[in-house]
Amino acid sequence: MAKKFKNKTLAWLDYRLPIFSVLKEALVDHPTPRNLNYWWNFGSLAGITLIIMIVSGLMLSMHYVAHVDLAFDSVEHIMRDVNYGWLIRYIHSVGASMFFLIVYIHISRGLYYGSYKSPREVLWWLGIIIFLLMIASAFLGYTLPWGQMSFWGATVITNLFSAIPLVGDSIVTWLWGGFSVDNPTLNRFYSLHFLIPFVIVGIVFLHIVALHKFGSNNPTGIDITLKEESIPFHPYYTIKDLFGLGVFFIIFGIFVFFLPNSLGHPDNYIPADPLVTPEHIVPEWYFLPFYAILRAIPFKLLGVLAMLGSILILFALPWLDTCKVRSCRFRPIYKQFYWIFIVNFFILGWVGSKVPEGHYLIISRICTGYYFIHFLIILPLLGFFEKTLPVPANIFKEHNKKK
Amino acid sequence: MIRNFFFIILTIFFLTPNLFGEEKAVLKKQEWDFQGIFGRYDKPTLQRGLQIYQEVCSACHGMKRLRFRELKDLGFTQEQIKQYAETFEITDGPNDLGEMFTRPGEPSDAFVSPYKNKEEAKAAFGGAYPLDLSLLTKSMKNGPDYIYSLLTGYEDEPPKGFELPEGLYYNPYHDGNVIGMPPPLYDEAIEYIDGTNASLHQLSYDIVNFLNWTAEPELEKRKSLGIKVILFLLVLTALLYVTMKEIWSRIKK
Ligand code: HEC
Ligand code: HEM
Repeated sequence: MAKKFKNKTLAWLDYRLPIFSVLKEALVDHPTPRNLNYWWNFGSLAGITLIIMIVSGLMLSMHYVAHVDLAFDSVEHIMRDVNYGWLIRYIHSVGASMFFLIVYIHISRGLYYGSYKSPREVLWWLGIIIFLLMIASAFLGYTLPWGQMSFWGATVITNLFSAIPLVGDSIVTWLWGGFSVDNPTLNRFYSLHFLIPFVIVGIVFLHIVALHKFGSNNPTGIDITLKEESIPFHPYYTIKDLFGLGVFFIIFGIFVFFLPNSLGHPDNYIPADPLVTPEHIVPEWYFLPFYAILRAIPFKLLGVLAMLGSILILFALPWLDTCKVRSCRFRPIYKQFYWIFIVNFFILGWVGSKVPEGHYLIISRICTGYYFIHFLIILPLLGFFEKTLPVPANIFKEHNKKK
Repeated sequence: MIRNFFFIILTIFFLTPNLFGEEKAVLKKQEWDFQGIFGRYDKPTLQRGLQIYQEVCSACHGMKRLRFRELKDLGFTQEQIKQYAETFEITDGPNDLGEMFTRPGEPSDAFVSPYKNKEEAKAAFGGAYPLDLSLLTKSMKNGPDYIYSLLTGYEDEPPKGFELPEGLYYNPYHDGNVIGMPPPLYDEAIEYIDGTNASLHQLSYDIVNFLNWTAEPELEKRKSLGIKVILFLLVLTALLYVTMKEIWSRIKK
């Protein structure tokens, strides 16, 4: 072990505390399939975005004041008086959107290439846990600027807990720390918003441990068996990830510098007013598909369960998908259903931003139904009825065929 | 095939946000100097906007997030700002005797709101609230175009059959087509210091520019930094791309 490093001090330290060899193993030597496409860039992008969120959040927290009378003004103080405060805040608020964009793509990649299948179930679970924690963190963070949407969003979402039979109302009072969303609520939301990202860091660590146990999946979805099928992570994937990062930063930058408020809701620039309910209470775009599912169902409790279920169902996905073949490349029928599922999800997002009445309500119900049918009926049956294409023995076979 | 279907559906949704028609008066879209990548504020326009705020809007609306010292962005000198600030009376204190007192404004003070609090303002307008204008353009959808349309959109005669409640004004751009604010601007509502012809269009255009500046004073800095950052990233990313191709060419296909 100690011989791994030429530098004497490094070797001495690593012999006693092997973090350098662990890092070297993970970021330098780690054997990685050589056929990964650009969809595999999004994991590292998500990790870097998490760090950006923590650093920008930490800088915001040095100026932010979690008090109902001061929160809004303190955010405006950041925007106007703090040096480059507007940059920090826009990085953080646009960053949250970017984080979700990346993670949605990352999850879709997993769905397309069957990355959730054995032996990567735990890796998949850890990913869903990260997603759930991100949702919590973003929701809590959105209340902090204490604008109209902050306040009313927090009110609507915390009120969902009142759907729980018998104890619901007590739970809501307990969450609020009072009888409405007020100062105690803001304070606890702030401390939890500060905490959760660090919990995410911990889970990300486990996510990577699980990833390195069996290595990355790849576009063919077949197990890597030959030595020549892999290449060391560095320099091949470090440079590819860096290039991806460059492209990502350009998109991120365009939003931060030229369209900083386009992803948010203008009402959040109106200070929170418990006496004035906004016309439409809508969450940030990244919650819209789930918000649509919530409101598609007339009974509150069922709506809440459906919304939760729509995410929790992902935990069971490795068993709901009964097909042994991982990648969509060899599953002609599932591939069609995959794209229909994605379109369905977009439509859910779009109806989520509308008032659930008339046509919109009908669409949201159809799409909600289809969302569950996809997981509970289509996927389990496909495993039995779909004729998959012949799977090559190794990634080269496939490679040659395409050329 | 399925992929084309996917993109067609997406385009339909993004191009037709109001698929099932929610009707509202169409905004009068304007060409704003501050729009676009190279958007900038025009100083004379902002100065005229300040004059309108000062002479008209400030009678009812506050501007509490704007400090006098920020007016240097409009091209005023320190001395001018100091003199301007001194024309305002600021309540300060308590002093050594525990009493509040008034003093002339200083550049570090913020604009003084016409009403002590929301309740007083509401009482003056029968419940309608003249909100603080500091962040106005950011707090509304299509803020600049909406405010322009609102200010130029008053109609003396409501359409036939429309019951105009007492003390309200007809304006198709406001929710419910009525608004509690009397038309604040009209041709020659004020006399511009710089002699510009004060048409309703000019007045509305100038005040919206000013309001956008008060809401986004960082806009010019943001956009010019943005251009540099994006250019830098484009070069960096191109270099990374070339490096990537070079490194990957080492492994035999
Ligand atoms: C006579 C007092 C008065 C003056 C002067 C005045 N306003 Fe108002 N303004 C009001 C009141 C009252 C409201 C609230 C109206 C309502 O909610 O029905 C209002 C509302 C507004 C709104 C909000 C419309 C909305 O959609 O909620 C805007 C924008 C506005 N004023 C702009 C201006 C501008 C710009 C000026 C200066 C050119 C100005 N006002 C001058 C009293 C005034
Ligand atoms: C998982 C990572 C994180 C996500 C997804 C996230 C998300 C958000 C969101 C959506 C907002 C509201 C933005 C706005 O509209 O202004 C916000 C605000 C805020 N966040 Fe975070 N955040 C994260 C991490 C952090 C961390 C680690 C900290 C502190 C160390 C932090 C501190 C703050 C503060 C102080 C605010 C209020 C200021 C403001 O609203 O601009 N955040 N966050």
